[in-house]
Amino acid sequence: MLNYITLIFACQMIGELLVTAIGLPVPGPVAGMALLFTGLLVHGAVPDDLGAVAGVLLSNLSLLFVPAGVGVMLHASLIARELVPITVALVISTLLAIAVTAALMTWLGRPRDGAIGDGGTAG
Amino acid sequence: MREFSQIWVYLSASPLVHLTLTLAAYQLGTYIYRRGRLNPLLNPVLIAIVLVLGILTLTETSYETYFDGAQFVHFLLGPATVALAIPLYRQIDKVRRSALAVLVSLTAGSLTAAASAVAIAWALGGTREALISLAPKSVTAPVAMGITEQLGGLPSLTAVLVIATGILGAAVGPPLLNLLRIRDWAARGLAIGTASHGIGTARAMQVNEVAGAFAGLAMGLNALLTAILLPIVWYWFF
Repeated sequence: MLNYITLIFACQMIGELLVTAIGLPVPGPVAGMALLFTGLLVHGAVPDDLGAVAGVLLSNLSLLFVPAGVGVMLHASLIARELVPITVALVISTLLAIAVTAALMTWLGRPRDGAIGDGGTAG
Repeated sequence: MREFSQIWVYLSASPLVHLTLTLAAYQLGTYIYRRGRLNPLLNPVLIAIVLVLGILTLTETSYETYFDGAQFVHFLLGPATVALAIPLYRQIDKVRRSALAVLVSLTAGSLTAAASAVAIAWALGGTREALISLAPKSVTAPVAMGITEQLGGLPSLTAVLVIATGILGAAVGPPLLNLLRIRDWAARGLAIGTASHGIGTARAMQVNEVAGAFAGLAMGLNALLTAILLPIVWYWFF
């Protein structure tokens, strides 16, 4: 277990180092994710314990957003001043992004072999 | 009572109090969310943030003091981002089959999210700081904060906007998709993950396994794509 926790931390650390050293345009953890992904492709399988460590981290993913979210108290005045542009931009852009992505994916990902059955039956 | 206050002075100087507060608030949020039959308005992150804000206000605690304890939770965002490689790898076969569709839809959705948010806020008189901080709001928090920092915005404001976007997408995404009559779980998951990252993915995972996998994939790829594309597009325009 501990070795895979170390592996994940090491991937992030090497990612951060690479980003700083080469000036990659991506944040360190994303470079670390790409490293681990490449490692998995080479290895050809996800070790059970690595899956377990990742499961713990990812199944509580939304908890990890709480400290940053509480940071809203630092920006209360800026948000109050620009409440209308920020709120309208957030709502409309989120709806648009969902609609565009889903519509394109449905259109492009349509089964071409004549199978009519769709991916899910219930909405 | 003097003893209690001494103990409290000792405790409040350690990170333990606010670390515990963060975990407890989130678990209470999860409990309320479950009791409310997974009503999207009862999002556990939203409840936890409101609870913590309330307690910090009542106890007149600054964000810096709170963050001394909460940073241990916050820190795990980095390793969690790295761990996204695992669901991504597990779905590789499914993804390979629809790779082109995924890539095109994701790129279009990602650009739509960033461009429409910036354009709308600009048209309504948003300041430069707000515009930069809004641009990466559909990307998972640690990555979005990194992008904002690079472009000269406010990373902590971005974090707040990212979380608001996540809660919003998780709440309005499913009814919107029903309205558009999109029933394919892959398309539904991909859309929610592209627009509202981890919080949307957490929601998609609860509803359907395929939707969850595609949402996780979308979140990971969108982080990569936005991190590369957004700075290029931004410097091109501004």
